[in-house]
Amino acid sequence: MKPLHNPPEPSILKKVDRRSFLKISGLSATGIIIGMQIGCSPSKKKDSGIPFSPNVYLTVNSDGTVTIVAHRSEMGTGIRTGLPLIVADELEADWSKVKVVQAIGDEARYGNQNTDGSFSVRMFFEPMRKAGATARMMLEQAAANEWGVPVGECKAKNSEVAHEGSGKKLGFGELTEAASKLEMPAEDKITLKKKSEWKFIGKSTPIVDIEDIISGKGGFGLDKKVAGMKYATVLRCPVAGGKVKTFNADKAMQVAGVQKVFEMPFTAFPGGINAPLGGLLVVADNTWAAIKGRDALEVEWDFGPNAKYSTADYFEDMLGKVKNKGQVHREEGSVETSFKNAAKTIDSTYLIPHLSHAPMEPPCAVAHFKDGKCEVWAPTQNPQGANDALAEALKIDKANVTVNVTLLGGGFGRKSKPDFIVEAALASQMSGFPVKIIWTREDDIQHDFFHACSVQRIKVALDNNKKVTGWEHHSVFPPIGGTFSPDATGPSFDELQLGMVDMPFDIPNISCQSHEAKAMTRIGWLRSVSNIQHAFAIGSMVDEIAVARQMDPVENLLDLIGSDREIPFDKLMEGFGNYGEPVEKFPMKTARLKNVVKLAAEKSGWGKELPKGHGMGICAHRSFLTYVACVVHVAVDDAGKLTIPEVHFAVDCGIVVNQNSVKNQFEGGGTFASSLALKGGIAFKDGQTVAKNFDQFEVARMQDTAKEIFVHLVESDEKPTGVGEPPVPPFAPALANAVFAATGKRSKELPIKMS
Amino acid sequence: MAVFNLSVNGKKQQVDVDPATPMLWVLRDHLNLVGTKFGCGIAQCGACTIHLDGTAIRSCQMPVSAVADKAITTIEGLSEEGDHPVQKAWLEHDVPQCGYCQAGQIMTASALLASNPNPSDDEIEAAMNGNICRCGTYLRIKAAVKTAAANA
Repeated sequence: MKPLHNPPEPSILKKVDRRSFLKISGLSATGIIIGMQIGCSPSKKKDSGIPFSPNVYLTVNSDGTVTIVAHRSEMGTGIRTGLPLIVADELEADWSKVKVVQAIGDEARYGNQNTDGSFSVRMFFEPMRKAGATARMMLEQAAANEWGVPVGECKAKNSEVAHEGSGKKLGFGELTEAASKLEMPAEDKITLKKKSEWKFIGKSTPIVDIEDIISGKGGFGLDKKVAGMKYATVLRCPVAGGKVKTFNADKAMQVAGVQKVFEMPFTAFPGGINAPLGGLLVVADNTWAAIKGRDALEVEWDFGPNAKYSTADYFEDMLGKVKNKGQVHREEGSVETSFKNAAKTIDSTYLIPHLSHAPMEPPCAVAHFKDGKCEVWAPTQNPQGANDALAEALKIDKANVTVNVTLLGGGFGRKSKPDFIVEAALASQMSGFPVKIIWTREDDIQHDFFHACSVQRIKVALDNNKKVTGWEHHSVFPPIGGTFSPDATGPSFDELQLGMVDMPFDIPNISCQSHEAKAMTRIGWLRSVSNIQHAFAIGSMVDEIAVARQMDPVENLLDLIGSDREIPFDKLMEGFGNYGEPVEKFPMKTARLKNVVKLAAEKSGWGKELPKGHGMGICAHRSFLTYVACVVHVAVDDAGKLTIPEVHFAVDCGIVVNQNSVKNQFEGGGTFASSLALKGGIAFKDGQTVAKNFDQFEVARMQDTAKEIFVHLVESDEKPTGVGEPPVPPFAPALANAVFAATGKRSKELPIKMS
Repeated sequence: MAVFNLSVNGKKQQVDVDPATPMLWVLRDHLNLVGTKFGCGIAQCGACTIHLDGTAIRSCQMPVSAVADKAITTIEGLSEEGDHPVQKAWLEHDVPQCGYCQAGQIMTASALLASNPNPSDDEIEAAMNGNICRCGTYLRIKAAVKTAAANA
């Protein structure tokens, strides 16, 4: 199964042979090339499969320009800008002379390229700084040699090296040849810039692709064309695990432009993330013909083992399960005793539906299979995963597969699954043409790897002094592992570490339990994964506790978090993953969590008098090692119509690399979360999604989103952590709490219904 | 199949296609203008927005046979150098995240401002509500539309 979050470990830098670089990357680079070797450290976990040995490259060209290879995928987080900015800052490069080139998928060169888990900046901040600093030091040394002066008198600045005494200057381009003949400084001799000297880190820089984007220049997966390319669609069984019983393609073949119809190979459910669902492939001269040809197919399906999947029934089943004792994953004290002695108990159950990723660019890929080799162009979060999947499906060596990474029109986790790329490759192999596979929106929504539907139950005990003495949390949902194996029968410990068992409250008696649930459709990870359901339940329960204690919600929250301390989750639970980082390196610090709570409260004007029908709610949640507090301010009119005048996010993600990108992630994350908080979920009936397109699966539009979203960043020297996913979890509970404050009605089900 | 003579971004173009083909696919597959994006195919998301005689329309629901001699403008033809006031405002506010929906957003916004140079917040929201952005850039879009209105 897919390891949830296991980043590699960086180690040493080394110079690489330019010819191999040229061969691999196809750049016409001249000048210094710094390769970063990031050590292979076999993962500690058994199930985390991927060996890691990343290499990331920077080239200072003899014309003075700098080429930086972006090895992570750009899906809107700004990573294609953020990592090169870090390099350029340490290099002292003139940003206008930096060119960013996208890496192909190549594990041997770049190590882990799977862009998910919000760990690109966390993992690569230091290696990128060292890469930039190494090149800077070599350029300074080359200048010192040229002038016959001590290197200490030579300083790089804005793509030049200047001599302090004489005022002499040489451009980077003039120094590359001499610099490339020097030995690299040893890793322990690399001097990094002081924080006060940073030019780009901590400031705001526009993303490198912005001008192309606003002028409509192609660059997304759907925009790719190659000579002789055909267009293809696939008619897949509407039930996951179903297959073609019989079909007739006569009418499809009569559609002008349709070239061929093939039956795609079928994989039994659960088939993992690599294998496509099967079905019927229509290859045509253009997209419209591929769509019309598919419409004309006649097919009878064998709906397979999930034909009766109904989320209404499934929720009933989960609601029954959480009433029982489950599998215990975290236990402290005795919750039984705390409930026996309780003066008051609160017992609430929360329902969270399946969700679809629905990136604006649906899955799509171009593949050209020829002479036993396959080249693809795809909007993939995981080019190496695609490389492996393609080699396996085509039965060719990995070395004969090339995965080019395009810009991604949104990802949110959907595009780290390579099934759609494998479809394109199989289509090319079967038809003999280069083929572009296009998923319509109906394909995307019906055949997604869905966020798991979930039931959460939390029971809380309070004593005579209104102190919380017991916390019993039950979590049940079909696991991601159920997409890979029929043996996965309930939430994995990995999934429970996303917001459930890492609950930070200072309560003496704790029990965190899970219950069995088998996947009956494909389940996948969606932006912040099971943090969504866990934060909704916990954030809502905290507010219920405040009501029970007759305390202000902010004071209650701070009181529950308790004293300043580091919570030793690794001592409390065996196998605690901490998002792939050692707990001692990235401890859970309650002071940081309380700090964001206080900051959000202060900035939002928490406690101020509000007009009738208005209310504010708060939730704090640490995910992906980033601390976030969210205050949502709602207004509900007499007709029950809800608007959101303001949202305040307080964020401690350690050192901020690009303020612009971090703020964009939180503004956008708040809006992404308002879709799941207020708009659509995915229901199944007879094994099929009820919604097929945006008319039924509603997402937040401009009128639905907050009128203002403020992002308050904590000034910090802590190591940087991710910002792609952490905005999402606290928003829905803060919103539900705000609705309660405004109306006295508490919604324990997403999406929140106002009528 | 039938031959259609089109005016796209000020140029005469001829295509020989199924008359039911939506303009979206004529632009993307036949005229190689891929700036106009596919999002839903049922006029629900606005990614495919183009101008027909200056009015914003969803090209996924506009068959080529219905276009006749009306002038088509796509994102590629909105300005020579990407310097339409709306595009400049998009730069100023750093609007895009993934960027996929932004051509449609810009085409809707530029048509709005052409017909209503000083829209209120409510008018901006009403006009832009048909354009979905999953990354959630709506607030910056709204701010950029206001800036473009002020600078036009």
